Amino acid sequence: MLIIGERINVITKTQRLAMQNRDKGPIQQMAKDEVKCGAGMLDINIGPAEDKGDELMDWIVKTVQEVAHVPLCLDTTNPLAMEAGLKAHDNTWGRAMINSASGEEERLNMMMPLAGKYGSLIIGLTLNKQGIPALAEDRCAIAAEIMGKAAECGVPMEDIYLDPLIMPVPFSQEKSLESIRAIRLFREMNDPPMKTVVGLSNISNGAPKELRPLLNRVYTALLMYEGLDSAIIDPLEKEMTDVIKTVDVLLGKTLYAHSYLEM
Amino acid sequence: MAFVVPKETFSGKVFEVEIGTGPKAVKIGGENTLPFLSFEGALPNKPVVACEVQDVPPEDWPETLREAYKDVSSDPVGWARHCQDAMGAQAVALRLISTHPDRQNRTPEEAAKTVSDVLAAIDVPLVILGSNHAEKDAQVLKAACEAAKGRNCLIGKAQEANYKTIVATAMAAGHKIIAMSDLDVNLSKQLNILITQMGFEKDRIVTDPMSSALGYGIEYTYSVMERIRGACLMQNDATMSPPLINDIGMYVWKVKETIAPESDLPDWGPVAERAIGWETTTAMGLLMAGSDMLIMRHPKAIATVRMMIDDLA
Repeated sequence: MLIIGERINVITKTQRLAMQNRDKGPIQQMAKDEVKCGAGMLDINIGPAEDKGDELMDWIVKTVQEVAHVPLCLDTTNPLAMEAGLKAHDNTWGRAMINSASGEEERLNMMMPLAGKYGSLIIGLTLNKQGIPALAEDRCAIAAEIMGKAAECGVPMEDIYLDPLIMPVPFSQEKSLESIRAIRLFREMNDPPMKTVVGLSNISNGAPKELRPLLNRVYTALLMYEGLDSAIIDPLEKEMTDVIKTVDVLLGKTLYAHSYLEM
Repeated sequence: MAFVVPKETFSGKVFEVEIGTGPKAVKIGGENTLPFLSFEGALPNKPVVACEVQDVPPEDWPETLREAYKDVSSDPVGWARHCQDAMGAQAVALRLISTHPDRQNRTPEEAAKTVSDVLAAIDVPLVILGSNHAEKDAQVLKAACEAAKGRNCLIGKAQEANYKTIVATAMAAGHKIIAMSDLDVNLSKQLNILITQMGFEKDRIVTDPMSSALGYGIEYTYSVMERIRGACLMQNDATMSPPLINDIGMYVWKVKETIAPESDLPDWGPVAERAIGWETTTAMGLLMAGSDMLIMRHPKAIATVRMMIDDLA
């Protein structure tokens, strides 16, 4: 499963300050650490970045790829910043991913054409103006709209990463299963199948701190069983990446060797 | 309506490994599709055939084989030169069989001298093989690595029981190594992981899945090779991406089909033709499974296999 590292983001104080001050050090170190721990792609979350977002995105994409030879997941709601990032992205090690479009019309119309223009991958959140649907089937209806727009913009179905959106189990326990079901249904919607992605840590939002890792890991295993293609997680959390590697072996996606955890 | 061949693209690629130095150095591997499917992907290097010589006259080899080398096999240097010059070999494989404790039990120092002498006589790449006694090989190959320093040889074989010493010296002397495990795809992966954890780069390894002769287990070797190549191409598993080598001479030339004279088994026909055919067919089968390099013995088998490789690649 593709691990997308989540540690370079505006919410983390050191990273936010580094972005504000254009300080390469902390960002490059985190990028290297995430790749070393198994991230195949790095999420670059600059937030809404209303002030000079395009300059920031251009700078941070080049800064990160200078030391981390992986593709990047560009995480911003600012379309100018998004386009700047796509322009600056070095595709040698893989194509960039737009984080994200959604079923919400304005967002979909803003982001999908960029995927068509730059040939990038794109995350599609299956929510719309009414919010996150309760049932997996209703998420599929939104996915169908995202597919329609993708076809219009010339984006291949295999380049779409649908995100069913995870609701925290402490508040919406019954919804946990729906997101798992949605992963399976999404993959059945097209041939070749669209892909899937989740932001995992939301499953344990609101649970006591010591419980969160366990909830995150087990939920990951269940999603992977239904065919989850990628997840935005903290690759530095070894217990989580150990579970991912183990599930990959148990599902026959990686060949077993006694030292499989070291790879 | 014209038939359009469906093409598959794979996410993985076999590593390219160079052996030897100078203009006669060879490269193996580098392909990104299944064997010989040039319409579908890149096959930058044809499989290479190395000709085997031994460091003592091969009294234990079958008549058919001894006959082919009768004027040259008394001395490894002359024999290696014969393979290079008279046979046009792409590479020579020197098996230090005399170092085996049950044979002449020669010392690592004596083996090192043979290696130096052979290297002085040829300029095609050299594969250096121990006697397959794990403990003795660690010392023999250590000495051989040092004697061959600077010639970028292929040293074999590192196994689970002895890889640490061999890998350490190969690393220091700048050689490539053959990693061999017993017909098991998971053990093969494990050995590659252990070797790379020592700091030896994974694209300097060549995998020997352990070969078998036609009729004597070739299907086991074949299926292990398929699974190794599958993990490389389809799962993009970097630990399974080294090229594959098959040391078939030692397995083929001890089976009944390459030894028994026609007088014993008239139905089997003349032994020379039969034996050469046995080695040729073993080689061809394993080429279909993804072999990037073969170590073979009989000149006629080698010539036929090379002709078929040129035709297919």
